[in-house]
Amino acid sequence: MADRAGGTAPALLALEDGSVYRGAGFGAVAERAGELVFNTAITGYQEILTDPSYRGQIVLMTAPEIGNVGVNAEDFESARPFCAGFVVRSLSPRVSSWRAEGDLGGFVAEHGVAGIAGIDTRAVTRRLRIGGAQRAVITRQVDDPSGAVERARKHPTLEGRDLVKEVTSAKPFEWDQGPWQTPGTKRNDPPARHRVVAYDYGIKRGILRRLRHAGCHVFVVPAQTPAKDVLAEKPDGVFLSNGPGDPAAVAYAVAAAAELCAAGKPIFGICLGHQILGLALGGKTYKLKFGHHGANHPVMDLTTRKVEITSQNHGFAVDVDSLVGKAVLTHINVNDNTVEGMRHDRLPVFSVQYHPEASPGPNDPAYLFARFAKLMDEAKR
Amino acid sequence: MPRRTDIRSVLLVGSGPIVIGQACEFDYSGTQGVKALREEGFRVVLVNSNPATIMTDPELADRTYVEPLTVDMVAKIIERERPDALLPTLGGQTALNLTIELAKAGVLDEFGVRLIGAQVAAIEKAEDRDLFKQAMNNIGLEVPLSGYAHSLDEARAIQVDMAAKTGTAYPVILRPSFTLGGSGAAIAWNAEEFDAKVDWGLQQSPRHEVLVEQSVLGWKEYELEVMRDGKDNAVVICSIENFDPMGVHTGDSITIAPAMTLTDKEYQVMRDAALAVIREIGVETGGSNIQFAINPKNGEMVVIEMNPRVSRSSALASKATGFPIAKIATKLAVGYTLDELPNDITRETKACFEPTIDYVVTKIPRFAFEKFPGADATLGPQMKSVGEVMAIGRTFRESFGKALRSLEIGRWGLDLDRVPPLDELERVIHEPGPDRLWQLAEALRQGLSIDDAFALTAIDPWFLEHLQALVREDEAARQDGRKLLDDPVSLLRRKRMGMSDRRLMKLAGVKEEDVRQARLRHGIRPVQKRVDTCAAEFEAYTPYLYSSYETGNEAEPAAESEARPTGKKKIVILGGGPNRIGQGIEFDYCCVHAVMALREDGYETIMVNCNPETVSTDYDTADRLYFEPLTREDVLEIVDAEQPEGVIVQFGGQTPLRLAVPLQKAGVRLLGTSADAIDRAEDRQRFGELVAKLGLRAPAWGTAHGLDEARAIAERIGYPVMVRPSYVLGGRAMEIVYDAAGLETLVGRALEAARRESLASGGGKGDESAPILVDQFLDDAIEVDADVVADGHDVVIGGVMEHIEEAGIHSGDSACALPPFSLPAATVEAIKEQARALARELDVRGLMNVQFAVPRDGRGIFILEVNPRASRTVPFVSKVIGVPLAKIAARIAAGKTLREMAVREVTPKHVAVKEAVFPFVKFGGVDVLLGPEMRSTGEVMGIDRDFEAAFAKSQLAAAMRLPVPTDTPLCAFIAVKDSDKQAAIPVARTLIAQGFHILATEGTHARLAGAGIPCERVNKVHEGRPNCVDRIVDGDVHLVVNTTAGSVSVRDSFSIRRTTLMRGLPYYTTMSAARTAADAIARLKSGAIAVRSLQEYQHG
Repeated sequence: MADRAGGTAPALLALEDGSVYRGAGFGAVAERAGELVFNTAITGYQEILTDPSYRGQIVLMTAPEIGNVGVNAEDFESARPFCAGFVVRSLSPRVSSWRAEGDLGGFVAEHGVAGIAGIDTRAVTRRLRIGGAQRAVITRQVDDPSGAVERARKHPTLEGRDLVKEVTSAKPFEWDQGPWQTPGTKRNDPPARHRVVAYDYGIKRGILRRLRHAGCHVFVVPAQTPAKDVLAEKPDGVFLSNGPGDPAAVAYAVAAAAELCAAGKPIFGICLGHQILGLALGGKTYKLKFGHHGANHPVMDLTTRKVEITSQNHGFAVDVDSLVGKAVLTHINVNDNTVEGMRHDRLPVFSVQYHPEASPGPNDPAYLFARFAKLMDEAKR
Repeated sequence: MPRRTDIRSVLLVGSGPIVIGQACEFDYSGTQGVKALREEGFRVVLVNSNPATIMTDPELADRTYVEPLTVDMVAKIIERERPDALLPTLGGQTALNLTIELAKAGVLDEFGVRLIGAQVAAIEKAEDRDLFKQAMNNIGLEVPLSGYAHSLDEARAIQVDMAAKTGTAYPVILRPSFTLGGSGAAIAWNAEEFDAKVDWGLQQSPRHEVLVEQSVLGWKEYELEVMRDGKDNAVVICSIENFDPMGVHTGDSITIAPAMTLTDKEYQVMRDAALAVIREIGVETGGSNIQFAINPKNGEMVVIEMNPRVSRSSALASKATGFPIAKIATKLAVGYTLDELPNDITRETKACFEPTIDYVVTKIPRFAFEKFPGADATLGPQMKSVGEVMAIGRTFRESFGKALRSLEIGRWGLDLDRVPPLDELERVIHEPGPDRLWQLAEALRQGLSIDDAFALTAIDPWFLEHLQALVREDEAARQDGRKLLDDPVSLLRRKRMGMSDRRLMKLAGVKEEDVRQARLRHGIRPVQKRVDTCAAEFEAYTPYLYSSYETGNEAEPAAESEARPTGKKKIVILGGGPNRIGQGIEFDYCCVHAVMALREDGYETIMVNCNPETVSTDYDTADRLYFEPLTREDVLEIVDAEQPEGVIVQFGGQTPLRLAVPLQKAGVRLLGTSADAIDRAEDRQRFGELVAKLGLRAPAWGTAHGLDEARAIAERIGYPVMVRPSYVLGGRAMEIVYDAAGLETLVGRALEAARRESLASGGGKGDESAPILVDQFLDDAIEVDADVVADGHDVVIGGVMEHIEEAGIHSGDSACALPPFSLPAATVEAIKEQARALARELDVRGLMNVQFAVPRDGRGIFILEVNPRASRTVPFVSKVIGVPLAKIAARIAAGKTLREMAVREVTPKHVAVKEAVFPFVKFGGVDVLLGPEMRSTGEVMGIDRDFEAAFAKSQLAAAMRLPVPTDTPLCAFIAVKDSDKQAAIPVARTLIAQGFHILATEGTHARLAGAGIPCERVNKVHEGRPNCVDRIVDGDVHLVVNTTAGSVSVRDSFSIRRTTLMRGLPYYTTMSAARTAADAIARLKSGAIAVRSLQEYQHG
């Protein structure tokens, strides 16, 4: 049924509110469940699929034509996809890109992600926007829709779940690779002059590449690494990465971050790292109705009053009121005024909720990595 | 930063007449601009020579000048109005060029006018090739290699140098510098062609200069629409990918939004580059369009060009995303920043963001080569299309299919009329022409592989794959035949692929209604989705809708529709579809007026249209906008979803008119004049009966299905006769035939046109053997147009227009004056009386246009045509008399009466002349002679207190700059046919009296000399050199009068007219126009002409 593009295996997308959409399955044959979120980025499905922050989630792309440029390893944000499922309106019947190494359907199949195509993704998105985030399943068992709905309802919610431990690397590793450049253009990564220890809560390679581009040599450590071990590395700065799920569920990370702050190290946090920092500074976090997932969110830098277009992917946010007296608000979301960035008023510590590494999305906020490097320069003086 | 307080009044410059490359998108942007400025409390002074625009509605700006867009005239306006600022970025290239000229002439400085939006330096940096190249190098971006050559040797050296750098010797692009309208770019594929084309290019260029440029032919082509505010916030509104790769002008390319075949990494490189470009060029505030080419083999990127203004693409991007670029650009120009402005559609969010879309948009251009026999129909670096359609669908296939059926070219899918063999197809798709898409589809149907198709066309395989899937589905449907009606699964799949009911009808060999009934039976109906700028992340409050075939949620009864119709009293207004010759902005103007009137009266207005250039498809215009194809299928679905009081078909020209009968048969209530009245006027038999019943006269006529019948009729009526297809637009394939031999050559062409037009109609009249009409042709007659408005009881004459060119020249191509300038008052009265009688008899409820011919020999008044609908002249007349005829007509359709509205006939105290504007410069090899087939793309208006001044202004506005001798004499070249020689005498006398020296060829010379007129004889083209063409080339001639008859002399004198055209000289090809021009020159000589606003004309 549906588009030839979507394959021919009948599949279901069932939501906890009882909604059932029929489409064509692709990727893993096995049933997958998770929190269903939509992402409004037009380009960048490869980066989204391989972003560990989507652990435990089913990602729905609002852009209707997906898979057009296939997949290539250079654009991966980690070694493999981490989301549970992938929902699209139309799966490309053909790959067209000089960079492609494979097709999307084959890639998700290989990595056990369940896909479904031919879905009215706009209707589903509207449902999530109006009703809030929902758990869902993608299944090939198409004869029992109410069973699928039941299984969606039984699936655990994200709140209170530590998903970081499921995605963090088992061992520390070094990183020394800059961002993607059009072949033929001169490589322009400066020499590495700072040593940064980066906590891997599910870190995106885009961040590592950007840190490298800002002149950092990066040593990546697992999420559970105690602060003292990090300090033993004598880093010039510490980076707190993005990652999946509820920041309140990773107390160990919050504790480590608090210790590192106290040690006076320059610290930069992104996304989950920002939320962890918020908690470490004594703030609170809360779950958003349906989160921000896309590549077009305007963020205002309150110092310059300039707006940058940003890539975002978060379901939780730092409570602005809880920060009073603890941190200075530096960036806000122009659409809904939620916290997008903060800094400590004395310590060399700052963070943003959005993704300055883009991947996918606009590079407008890439300057933040240089800001981190500058903090480290100042700290060295 | 809030609104600037240092500016109180702003001058806005429009784009002038509709020409190829500059169409009603600039009325859309200008109208948004005026509204945005007024909303902010600025005093707005507007100048535009095009009366068919919404922006020149006197209610819109504070002061509206319909005056020629020249430095002199605009300087006079500036002197009178003393605006604080000039906004140059909304009126296309015309406004930009004029602004630069005004700045250079010191006018802006003299009167202290500041530029807002873009400064001269930025405009020049973007427009000047060398400055642009330097700017791009400054920010590390590449542009195609190029160099200027003034000789073949220089050109060769550049080519050798480029070949060494790129590793590719050919092809090479050659662009002659400073040609009129940028015409004449050429591609050289080898050394031999290179030499020849460089020589040709050097000759074409007035500066003897050719740009030799690296070809990026076949590279992928992209456009980004960028906006920047005064705080340096910059955002990308939309990415557009061209289906046709580099080599075809983007205006002639099928384009898709958003870009389909870029990875995020590549897209972000392009986005970063686009933002760097707008900053480096220094566009302070507003929108810019930046074009890129990408090598499909390795991702290498070059910047092609940047337009520091709103553009055709920005209009498309606005419609494609719901982000009103021109409106926001205007607000940014007066000081706001993006984060201060609301997003109208979501209300709760700001304009500082990048729209994201959850659908696919396809634009397909529409061409008019059938109007220009002899024109080169190859598509290349110079734009040749006259209009475009846009369609929105949830997938590429759906939007593509909807765009195909929006085109109204008699094709309802990927079907060709004539199916050539594969080898021929392979040849033609390699050289892009207007039909390449359909030829390519046919080649795929015949088994051409995607790899081979890519090798021949360089069209991205992603698009080719979809095209192949579509033709395969076509064939499957053909296989199914009637069975497809009983197969809901396949039927839904096909509808989801964008296939029209009519295409399925043709493939399955059933009736269109059968397909519709099958859909209804199986519950296969489209749902309505909203364009919301944000992919549903926020609620959309603005009902900007499109349809899609979606699958539903099983927990609900049907797929989700976002139409959410209201319970209000509502009226659907059908728009005009794609611009084409004969149907353009005038009809959009009427549709918009109808919407405005009905909105004012409290109706909910629902606009349906598929032309992205228009004001009617601004989501601000009607209460609800359906961006949908204007076909029976799509309109019926909208009517079903909305349940309106009725549908109005009389404002959008032929497009909605064709739907009148089919819609009525399907049970839709039409408002206004009945479908039967329309039929009585259009059906030749019934028209004859109508005229006879009223005791009026029309030329004798007959209907022929073939040559024999045509010959018999012509003999009965007597030559000359006019031959034309029935039910056509813009005099398509209309010809005057003087003898039996001529008849033989022309009947075939007319029959073919009749067949095609008939099939395109989509109505019940579709007929493979549609007949042609043979009419008596009234030689030497004055043609007159009358626009009237009637309510079924009373009739009010809007205006009677006297044409300047005689009957036989298409009314859309002739100049006309309101009020008449030479007709006796009694004749004008008689014409009015006849028009009233016709309106009453047809029970017209709305607008009606009647065309008359008044032979000079006193035979009386003949009715040529009656159209009970809005005509091309409605905006012109409305502006001249100060009465909004279309609004009145819309109110009549909704039930009001003329008496209630106190509408009275107005006789203006001033005179206005409408002049046509032609695209001949763009079509090499085409003769400029006028005839019964319409070929103009646009119009201008000259308005003044006397006829001669109004005519002079109209000529100036149409770029026919009438020469006025001062101290040194100027030269007029006169060469006229025998029957015009007598008439040439007074023209020559007038010209000599103004200080002209007359140059004439043998026959004309003899006659003029015989009448005692001093003149110089010059050789005809074949009489040896120097001949008259040499004299024109040498710059000795300033005005050309050339009339001709008979195919031999037409051929002989072709080069005179073509050379005159390319030299940009004023020329006249009818004696009536030449006479008027001579009088106008005398008027110009006697004193300078003044400018005056419409508001002043109308209120004293």
